[in-house]
Amino acid sequence: MAIEVEDLVRRFGDTIVLDHVSLGIRQGEFFSLLGPSGCGKTTLLRILGGLDLPDAGAVRICGREAHGFSAGERPVKMVFQTYALFPHLTVWDNVAFGLRMKRLPKAEIERRIQRILELVQISALANRKPPQLSGGQKQRVAMARAIVNEPQILLLDEPLGALDLKLRKELQVELLNLQRRLGITFIHVTHDQEEALVLSDRIAVMRDGRIEQLGAAEELYERPRTRFVAQFLGTCNVFEATVRRPAATGFFAETALGELRVDLSLQTPPAQGRQQIALAIRPEKVHLCLPGQSSGENQVKARVEQLIYNGAETQYLLRSSGQQIKVCALNAKIGTQGYEVGNEVAVCLPPESLIVLED
Amino acid sequence: MNHRVKAEIRYGEHFTSAGQILRSALVSGPGIVWVTTFLLLPLVAIGVISFLSKGAYGWFEPPFTLYSYKRFVGFGLLGFDILYPIIILRSFVLGAATAFLCAAAAFPLAFFICGLKPRYKNVALTLVVIPLWTNLMIRTYAWQIILGPQSWLSHLAAALGLVPTGAGLFPSTLAVYIGMVCDFLPFLVLPLYASAEKLDWSIVEAAQDLGANAFNTFRHGILPQVMPGLAAGFILVLIPATGQFVIPDLLGGGKTVLLGNLIQQQFLQSRDWPFGAAIAFLTMGLSMAGLWLYVRLTACKGEETLL
Repeated sequence: MAIEVEDLVRRFGDTIVLDHVSLGIRQGEFFSLLGPSGCGKTTLLRILGGLDLPDAGAVRICGREAHGFSAGERPVKMVFQTYALFPHLTVWDNVAFGLRMKRLPKAEIERRIQRILELVQISALANRKPPQLSGGQKQRVAMARAIVNEPQILLLDEPLGALDLKLRKELQVELLNLQRRLGITFIHVTHDQEEALVLSDRIAVMRDGRIEQLGAAEELYERPRTRFVAQFLGTCNVFEATVRRPAATGFFAETALGELRVDLSLQTPPAQGRQQIALAIRPEKVHLCLPGQSSGENQVKARVEQLIYNGAETQYLLRSSGQQIKVCALNAKIGTQGYEVGNEVAVCLPPESLIVLED
Repeated sequence: MNHRVKAEIRYGEHFTSAGQILRSALVSGPGIVWVTTFLLLPLVAIGVISFLSKGAYGWFEPPFTLYSYKRFVGFGLLGFDILYPIIILRSFVLGAATAFLCAAAAFPLAFFICGLKPRYKNVALTLVVIPLWTNLMIRTYAWQIILGPQSWLSHLAAALGLVPTGAGLFPSTLAVYIGMVCDFLPFLVLPLYASAEKLDWSIVEAAQDLGANAFNTFRHGILPQVMPGLAAGFILVLIPATGQFVIPDLLGGGKTVLLGNLIQQQFLQSRDWPFGAAIAFLTMGLSMAGLWLYVRLTACKGEETLL
């Protein structure tokens, strides 16, 4: 384990920012802390980096108790959201800072900087000062300044948050490649669920100082455990339901849409004796068809209320017995013909795609 | 409308319509008249007088000469005399030392105020400024009492063996510097506070994260960020403190001649206007040269300055 966190508590005055958080981060993985602002993700990152101290709990970095080690002494380096480059130093001197503080031999410093500047492709900028750099260039310098110290773990606080969408997409790929090449653990804080899905081996979704769910990106998306995770990570339809009677590999549930069969072969059943549950289904898993053409289980009639045509796909907002259903359909064969606003359509909710939520 | 507003705020362009000329004259006119009457004209007068000769009865008269300047830099009637250069140096040392002491005192104070809750910040800033609302003389006389032989501070110093029993902390060099720092501190605290307030603490944390010790964290994390405020404050203190003579006179025992009282002496007691004017003009020139040098040096680095 690169990092083990046990029962971490952090309070600011009366607010509990971290509420008994425990987690383990594996060596060499790209780990994301994902959550809305104020969920405690940045505070957790700062505690790992030694820039903040917990009120209770323990942090072990590479098997060693981290308490008592200052930020500079930990085998951990931070890439700040605002980059935090030294404005009065050139790119070269910025990158050299950590090595000079460690009093490494001059030749060694020079060799390492040259290599790292090449790695992040900013060799040509070595003599510039931060005010003369673009956002993307600053980001690269911030990365170089941290990884030149050869940390075991790199902490990234919304590293791409200040960049525009196109550049962000480009740098996401580079970040991923860099992590694979260096082979060190990246811990990444973000509120951008898409970025977390693209980059991470595993994600911890945080909410109000607790970890709501931790798992691989796919696991979190396909099998969210709570309403919050289902709706924070991508979009999701959530229906209130009542468990009625058992079925072959699951059960039948009564919802506003009628009786739906839920398949449990790929998920854990609701807690014993629980009647009132919530069911979730992703918009792209709902099958949309014209009335009378469908052949599937859990068929429901609905009316198109709104549609947003995105080229490759179309997002439909349907209504059925007062319940809203979001559907996302690929425009694989034809566009939206037959599904115009006001039309009567049919949808199928595949039993294996209905997810039982814990709350 | 939008178009016109844009046209007017474009700098460096010539006004085209008569209305625009009239309007700008009305707006800037009073200021120009004021500056011309009370700053520019006296300055020109002082400049001219400094090149004239001392009159028989203390006024000034032709011919034009450089004598006053020569005398001030040390080449008087009796050959080279280091008296006046020493006065320049002494005044400059007083100004620079005051500025350094103020900077040293202002750093903790400015950062302390930054750390306060918003509603206490204004109270603290007001407390910093309040001494400026009190007359300089009153403040200085107050220090005479506080540091005088009868004060408990002097008794304490005597008890600790710092001064002979019965002697006061005033008059002394210490008293002069206490008075000077007290007088000039707000001029350094305010600009430094303005810089410290917008400090990007993540740069400080970056320095710590990269293993910098306390000194290097300050040197690279804090100092470059507050440099504009610190430099502005330093100059705001250095220049008037170099010309200050009331506080050294009242708290130092009136034994030392400084630029300020030298100029005052020339215009009043000695009635040597050209010499007084030359001193005033030359010291002003030195200050300007210093400022220009500062602006040039910082501009080269491409950093923002307040000047």
